[in-house]
Amino acid sequence: MSDQFSAWQLIINGDAALFAIVRLSLAVSLSAVALAALIGMPLGALIALTRFPGRSVLVVLLNAMMGLPPVVVGLAVYLLLSRSGPLGAMGILFTPTAMVIAQTILIVPIIAALTRQTIEDLWAEYRDELTAMDVSPAGRMATLLWDARFSLLTALLAGFGRAAAEVGAVMIVGGNIDGFTRTMTTAVALETSKGNLPLAMGLGLVLVAIVLAINAAAWGTRVWSERQAG
Amino acid sequence: MRATVSDLPLVLDGVSVRAGAATILDSLSLSITPGAPTLIVGPNGSGKTTLLRLLMGLAVPSVGSVSWGGRTESKPVRRAFLFQRPVMLRRTAAANVVYALAQAGAPRRERAARAAALLERVGLADLAQRPARKLSGGEQQRLALARALARDPEILLLDEPTASLDPAATRGVEEIVLMAAQSGIKIVMASHDLGQVRRLAGEVMFMVRGALCERAPSADFLDHPSTPEAAAFLRGDLVI
Repeated sequence: MSDQFSAWQLIINGDAALFAIVRLSLAVSLSAVALAALIGMPLGALIALTRFPGRSVLVVLLNAMMGLPPVVVGLAVYLLLSRSGPLGAMGILFTPTAMVIAQTILIVPIIAALTRQTIEDLWAEYRDELTAMDVSPAGRMATLLWDARFSLLTALLAGFGRAAAEVGAVMIVGGNIDGFTRTMTTAVALETSKGNLPLAMGLGLVLVAIVLAINAAAWGTRVWSERQAG
Repeated sequence: MRATVSDLPLVLDGVSVRAGAATILDSLSLSITPGAPTLIVGPNGSGKTTLLRLLMGLAVPSVGSVSWGGRTESKPVRRAFLFQRPVMLRRTAAANVVYALAQAGAPRRERAARAAALLERVGLADLAQRPARKLSGGEQQRLALARALARDPEILLLDEPTASLDPAATRGVEEIVLMAAQSGIKIVMASHDLGQVRRLAGEVMFMVRGALCERAPSADFLDHPSTPEAAAFLRGDLVI
């Protein structure tokens, strides 16, 4: 009987180990979203605003990479960071840093592809006006990214959702080390395999609640700031 | 600011614009020099918008050449454009004008004061901090005028800016256009409102099927058109 309530008990009692897991999960995924936004948004805007040979191939490739399997990304990063790999000397395999790198690679294509589409649509609307104002190519990119800010929030949320939900990549490069690299998703996978289903379900519910809360906050911010800025 | 470079005279030399098999503009040669407002008049599809886009450098001729003050590169130096439906940037009215000033190369420390003066000039001083997209159609068009004037233009090109405005908003826009004309800015404006032509024009360029059919002082054009097409257009007949 106590087993069924164990997860809730952990939450209600403010279990330190549980909060450490939640904190690590959020820190890793939010860092990955921030990094991926810094890379993916300018990249997406650049592809949207430039014409070069092979652009269509790149767009298709980018769209396809939104579906990259996390375990494949995890494996690739593992090979890069493992002791015998090209970046092995850094010694960051099985650390939160490695997990951030893997999740960043996983969600850059999502943010870049969604940004490309958004910016391309907005450019169709803004082209004449910005050309008449003689706006430089870099200025166009900055203007479009800023004016698309409300739509781009959705791209960030898509990236965050992907990062928070995946288990394959963080499991492989993080190693699910208790108290160090254990995240919500790897903990759920572990508890499930141990047969501790109530705890696994409890952790799963906490994860879903957190994702929901972040999306609700983002939505509220969007509605509020849209009302301010039009 | 950039007084050494001029966009006038604006000269079209044997210009045609084709899209596939269709000819949109047909061997046009004309020159635009400082003076009273020029209104481009003609039925829908006669090539008014394409002509304005050529004059701005937004469209390129299929044949012939366009030059601004003797230069053929199309970078807009001292010219500005007012679209029928202007795109408002997603920021406040004042920030829209500051943006235009920045693009025109105004020094950063002067921008706020100059934006305030421009908003005053178009009668939007009270709405400076409102989001531009929340303004009415007429207010947006006046804000677009403030942005255009921020470029300190010698020539202002307007593509039927009052086509979707009510009479009061139309008057607001026309007053600003007349004020700009009086301050020495050359106005070139497309319109299919003959009342507007009477109110604003110094001269009329009458277009039919992509060709310049008649160019005359507005009083002459309105009262004694010299071509049968213009006479039919002024009577209210469909000119096909």
